[in-house]
Amino acid sequence: MIRSEILTEIAPILRDQLVVCNIGIPSQELHAIDDQPSNFYMLGTMGLASSIGLGLALAQPKPVIVIDGDGSVLTNLGTLPTIGNNAPANYILMIIDNGSYGSTGDQPTYTGKKTSLAGMARAAGCDNVVEVRDRHTGPALQQALAAQQATVLVVKCDSGNAKMPVITMDPVEIRTRFMQAVAHR
Amino acid sequence: MNIDKRIADDLVANDISFVTTVPCKQLAGVIKEIDQRDDIFHIPANKEDEGMGLCAGAWMGGKRPAIIMQNTAIGVTINTLATLIQYYRMPLPMLISYRGELREPVACQVEMALHTKALLAQLNIPTYHFHQQSDVAEFDTILKYTFMCNKPVAILTDATFWGGYGDQ
Repeated sequence: MIRSEILTEIAPILRDQLVVCNIGIPSQELHAIDDQPSNFYMLGTMGLASSIGLGLALAQPKPVIVIDGDGSVLTNLGTLPTIGNNAPANYILMIIDNGSYGSTGDQPTYTGKKTSLAGMARAAGCDNVVEVRDRHTGPALQQALAAQQATVLVVKCDSGNAKMPVITMDPVEIRTRFMQAVAHR
Repeated sequence: MNIDKRIADDLVANDISFVTTVPCKQLAGVIKEIDQRDDIFHIPANKEDEGMGLCAGAWMGGKRPAIIMQNTAIGVTINTLATLIQYYRMPLPMLISYRGELREPVACQVEMALHTKALLAQLNIPTYHFHQQSDVAEFDTILKYTFMCNKPVAILTDATFWGGYGDQ
């Protein structure tokens, strides 16, 4: 499965949750598949989805699902110790690990070679790290939500992108409706 | 006046309850003070752009954030300031130790000091510069200004403000 197929499959789970979504094609795919006010789309700033989601989870009690990528986590590796030492029970970091920089032409990342993000997350102090194949994403995500325990979920999948339109929504609108969803959901 | 305590008091008075820090020798006292406060959640960051991400999330979650860092971090965070904090119009007070100013003992610190104000000006970031301890009187007003206009605001604090580098 490629990322857009996974997102389509888990859209009914994501719909009821606060979601912080990674820059580039992941946000474009989620926006096209199931746009929700409770989705925060990153339009820039590669690498910070996990950090934004962590700040959000620490600031309020509702579950937060971060949809991140292997390339983006690799560019902000300092996030893993911060998560390992601070993540509250309402924090789920889901890394769609397709072993490539999808938004820039599918150049390979090191996670398709020798590097294990699950191993790095464990070494950084994350207690609950789960690695699954793409077809098991839905049950694994539901389990993480039910566990009420900070979770790093690494989803191994194929590289590839769906052709989706660029998000043209104003960033202030994205975050204003997101903050309203945070406050009222 | 205990400058560290005064800064922490002003943060609390402005309902700032989420503070991330990347340390600097000049900032050791204020970081320690903030870490001890029950009404501030202190989360150390490994890099300043990561810290700004944490602050962005905390603000969207209903908390008022602040970041404490060294001026070299301006070189690290330009993309984050432009495409996250400014683009989504978020407030972020940045209490910054301004290394490389008068009495600086480490020559390399001067290199980023030369660029600091120019980069902040290029980014249209409101910038205040505290030289003397009495300048802290403006800190409370600057915090109010930051959350009024939803912008990143820089408060540069040089060695004189923090009491110097000791005997040289």
